[in-house]
Amino acid sequence: MDITFDHVSYTYQAGTPFAGEGLQDISVTIHDGSYTAIIGHTGSGKSTLLQHLNALLKPTSGTVTIGDRQITSETSNKNLKPLRQQVGMVFQFAENQLFEQTVARDIAFGPKNFGVPEAKANALAEQMVTLVGLPASVLSQSPFDLSGGQMRRVAIAGVLAMQPSVLVLDEPTAGLDPAGRRDMMQLFAKLHREQHLTVVLVTHQMDDVADYADHVLVMDHGRLVKTGTPREIFADPVWLTANQLGLPKTTQMAMALQRRGFKFAELPLTTSALAAALLPQLPVKAGERDE
Amino acid sequence: MNKLIIGRYLPGNSWVHQLDPRTKLLASFYFIAIVFMANTWLSYLVMFAGVMVMIAASRIRIGFFLRGVRPMIWLILFTVGLQIFFTTGGHVYWQWGWLHVTHYGLINGAYIFCRFVLIIFVSTLLTLTTQPLSLADAVESLLRPLRYLHVPVTELALVLQIALRFVPTLMDQTTKIMNAQRARGVDFGTGGLFQQMKAVVPLLIPLFVDSFGIAEDLATAMDARGYRGGDGRSKFRVLAYHSRDWVAGGSMIVLTALLLLTRR
Repeated sequence: MDITFDHVSYTYQAGTPFAGEGLQDISVTIHDGSYTAIIGHTGSGKSTLLQHLNALLKPTSGTVTIGDRQITSETSNKNLKPLRQQVGMVFQFAENQLFEQTVARDIAFGPKNFGVPEAKANALAEQMVTLVGLPASVLSQSPFDLSGGQMRRVAIAGVLAMQPSVLVLDEPTAGLDPAGRRDMMQLFAKLHREQHLTVVLVTHQMDDVADYADHVLVMDHGRLVKTGTPREIFADPVWLTANQLGLPKTTQMAMALQRRGFKFAELPLTTSALAAALLPQLPVKAGERDE
Repeated sequence: MNKLIIGRYLPGNSWVHQLDPRTKLLASFYFIAIVFMANTWLSYLVMFAGVMVMIAASRIRIGFFLRGVRPMIWLILFTVGLQIFFTTGGHVYWQWGWLHVTHYGLINGAYIFCRFVLIIFVSTLLTLTTQPLSLADAVESLLRPLRYLHVPVTELALVLQIALRFVPTLMDQTTKIMNAQRARGVDFGTGGLFQQMKAVVPLLIPLFVDSFGIAEDLATAMDARGYRGGDGRSKFRVLAYHSRDWVAGGSMIVLTALLLLTRR
């Protein structure tokens, strides 16, 4: 399912004295099956853009086309449910959305809202809890008895249980420990790979952009200032720094090595690419030559 | 919710903005009290002129104030309607059963309407030109004499300040949680009464949990920075009356005199 923005602008509190510009003239297509990263500093309009992906916000002018649904400023708030089911959204600090008495019921909440029968929804809950790496024993526990990291996983399971075809992630790993971060990012990558889920990721972690995304949108002051592959975006470190963005750690490392005399045909973005590029350049110790 | 003007603060540097919050609070209450003394067209005109002078001194566009009336319009029309249909006396213009429109009824209705508009204008002016925290400071300062009656004034003011401080935070949080639940297929504001009540549960529970979290964090932060009750605590914003506050007070006296001259 493609999502296309056609000259989309959004003004906060339009028509009041407190009006503020949210998005300005955005035109972009997020292709079916892609893994798109949205980067930009705080307040650049990333979250506003995200909320247009499932019609939580409607453009003040322009059109958002989600699959075969067109959303304009005149679209009514009714009959948006099918769309919301297709575009699952994991918000920042998603654990705040938990409210049910048990984990199982909270995960089944989404699917049941979209008309999935009780038994099927409960089965989905069991399936998703394992998928996000929690033991099945938490199903009967209260979500408020879990740790912060576990709550986040339950919230993500609750969104995955809706079985969306597009997964929108707003800094899904903020505040998680390194292991949790890695687990979650690998889970999303796996879903993207195996179930061809379209993933849209808002993040400040350039490493994640380099490791997972195949497309990058750069936002600044409500405008889309750059789009391209991670390689194209990270090719211009000066521009990135000027826009308060950074480089992946691997690329920073490679640039430091470059200053020490190492040579790279193109700057590596991931650790494996860095290793592969370094290997032929390393001096071989005498004793190891024969092995 | 964002359309509400009353309760909003509009940053500025006008004469009214610079008044001591205590002056503004007292003057607003005083004005609202004397609105009820007006009983002739001329006296209402005097009051309106007074409000217009204050609005001009605040350098805020009149549109804000008119917008402030809008959310109250049904309450106003309802009250005005009661006055018009149920006041007896004077010439009867129209009658149907026990409903009748009389001369006095129409006049009373118009007076009530003016009172509402005046009161809303003045309260809007107060909140548009005064930061909520300054208002809380003003309340604390004005209630200080009650300490001799063992009223915990500083604690009350602290509660008020904390409540005001966290209104925007909780509004933000409400929007976020609503969005998250809408994304999970909840429809707010549609369906029957029972359905709507059910839709509120996934919003209220996370909000409660969050509020308790905020309260705990705040208590810890205050403890960590050595808060031990308000007694003997110094203030960052020290309230002091200036010459303009005396001018404002004097204006109120002039307004009262004009009102007394024009009322019957």
